[in-house]
Amino acid sequence: MRGKKIVSLLICVLAFLAACGGNPSSNEEDTAEGSTVTILIDNGQNALAGAEAIAEGVKEKYNIDTDIEVRPGGSEGDNVVKTRLATGEMTDIMFYNSGALFQALNPSQHFLDLSEEDYMNSIQDTFKEVVSDDESIYGIPAEASQGGGILYNRAVYQELELEPPKTWEEFMENNEKIKATQITPVVAAYQDTHTSQIILLADYYNLQLEDPDFAEKYTANEKKFVDTPAAVRGLEKIAELYENGYYNSEASSTSHTNALEMLATGEAAHYPILTGSLTELEKNHPDTIDDIGFFGIPGDESEVHGMTLWLPSGFYLNKEAKDMEAAKQWMAYAASPEGVEKHMEAVKPNGPYMVDGVELPVDSFTAVEEMNEYVEAEKTAPALEFVSPLKGPNLEQITVELGLGMIGPAEAAEKYDRDVDRQAQQLDLEGW
Amino acid sequence: MKVNKVYSYWLIVPAGLIYVLLFLYPTAVSFFFSFTRWTLTEWEWIGFDNFKMFFEEPSLMIGFKNTLIFAVLTAGLKVIIGVFLAVILISKIKTKRFIRSTVFFPVLVSTIAVGITFQMLMHPSNGLINRTLELIGITGPDWLGNPNLAIYSIALVDVWKGVGIATVILIAGMMSIPKDYYEAHQIDGGTSVNAFWHITLPLSKPAINAVILLALIGGLRTFDLVWAMTGGGPGFSSDLIASIIYKQYQAGFYGLSTAGNVLLFILVACIVYPIFKFLTRKEVDL
Repeated sequence: MRGKKIVSLLICVLAFLAACGGNPSSNEEDTAEGSTVTILIDNGQNALAGAEAIAEGVKEKYNIDTDIEVRPGGSEGDNVVKTRLATGEMTDIMFYNSGALFQALNPSQHFLDLSEEDYMNSIQDTFKEVVSDDESIYGIPAEASQGGGILYNRAVYQELELEPPKTWEEFMENNEKIKATQITPVVAAYQDTHTSQIILLADYYNLQLEDPDFAEKYTANEKKFVDTPAAVRGLEKIAELYENGYYNSEASSTSHTNALEMLATGEAAHYPILTGSLTELEKNHPDTIDDIGFFGIPGDESEVHGMTLWLPSGFYLNKEAKDMEAAKQWMAYAASPEGVEKHMEAVKPNGPYMVDGVELPVDSFTAVEEMNEYVEAEKTAPALEFVSPLKGPNLEQITVELGLGMIGPAEAAEKYDRDVDRQAQQLDLEGW
Repeated sequence: MKVNKVYSYWLIVPAGLIYVLLFLYPTAVSFFFSFTRWTLTEWEWIGFDNFKMFFEEPSLMIGFKNTLIFAVLTAGLKVIIGVFLAVILISKIKTKRFIRSTVFFPVLVSTIAVGITFQMLMHPSNGLINRTLELIGITGPDWLGNPNLAIYSIALVDVWKGVGIATVILIAGMMSIPKDYYEAHQIDGGTSVNAFWHITLPLSKPAINAVILLALIGGLRTFDLVWAMTGGGPGFSSDLIASIIYKQYQAGFYGLSTAGNVLLFILVACIVYPIFKFLTRKEVDL
């Protein structure tokens, strides 16, 4: 019990500090007439534009105001969310990743069960699975899904008379031809380290084809990266591109924004990234956005070529919401086809929506249309991070080392296994 | 010597309370949590597991090595450049005030801003530094992108940013040296180089020691500059102990990162205390 006391004291201190450093605008007095819903989103452009669009719709329809608070993204944002949940400072509605990151928040303790709401019927099961625990469903999709794979410049492809590859071999052949013309075959943007892991993570479609029970056994500590050839294959792909000199020089001083520019201007042909970047690409390079296409990380066989799907982040309803009725209405609107369409007007979708009865708009990005072909052919698999809680925090540094040739694929696999092992022990997962 | 107590001990209560609540208590609590698996709301006692795991961290050796290189290199350079600047700035040159402020100015800028600025300046092809080098026919290195070079580039920036403080402390130390010594030296016909080696340097020892200690402690726990410039990269090549701890905290390993902080505390104490003892032993009374 003494531990509890120390903890609560500590929380008091934390809460005090949070109150000192917090955003004063979130504590402003509620106006008497319409009610106000508070919402915390991350600092991505799409998140803000999307939340603002829904806020506008909710205001028109129910006269509910929305107070939007922006937090940093990435692991820094995870800390903000975890700290605010722990100190009871969370907003009414929260925008956050689905899948393993969400599961790590201990959802039953903080969020309201939405499984009884009417709108749940129209939300696709793939999404529901990644925002639920054994009894309850906690989230609704807050954006479109994304594809993980390679964005390529179609103008470059046309000029060199290349075909989008369906196997890794074809991809490497294309790269060889591209390299001969002084165009950078593949951009590595290692200044933003998170971009370095995409080839590995997006190769999960190929991994699960070859080794269907990998996720389950990996989570249960019965299988490791290092002794699973299909898993190491993803790391080998990063290394092969380096060994053949297909990456840009100055990779560690190239940022994600630089990489998009290189792709859009045709200075580079391929950029392995999530389709979520299309919004930024359109904003900075509106003239060439139609030149950008998409294909999944190629595997060994062309007939089964597919892609890895990143499921959207969700909106979650805080159990302690100040104005529960208004917050519930907000969520219902966001999950309705009407809300989704409002969202799509503001943010061009970077992939298909996970809500039934919603079609992609006719003026969608070329890359999204190409991505949708995989979805319609049902050649997709959700990324590993949505089906397993294991994701070592140092993966992005390890893949940078690999992509700069500092280590080889076998050593990278070993390092990553150790990283995951540490994570599992710190989070006290079963079987580790 | 016995002094009559005039003031009641109750007078230290307000300051004492703040000290206990904001400094002593968190320190004690962090020692406790370093032995637990901690999720901010719940904890479980796991003994020395965190410390064991921290030592197994693959990048830890790089972190230790980098931290020591960084601390020694920046402390050394700050002293050498600081002494050099201080000597110039106590002499009778015209633009003394202006140069003094320019040297001190970087100290006032936020470390993160300095880091981001230098990240741009040090860009291998578009950065001002390499562009300038190009003009005189030198191909500059990839300052931050080369794993073998990154930590040294950051150290140089840290010296640029921190040398102002060192200079100010050294100026104060040198100004407090009584003029009599210099006069005696002049009458004996010594050169100004001699005066520097035999009067200025030995008598500013207390100031130099203060600079060494401050720079060492600062270097050992540096974090913000590295984080802004490379984030510990490329890979793990410019990780310091503090950035390793921060990454663990980011990953939600609160117990583990607290254990790392306890170790860093012990490390700093173990390095700085003996040096402090050693340096102060040789100090001379003015």
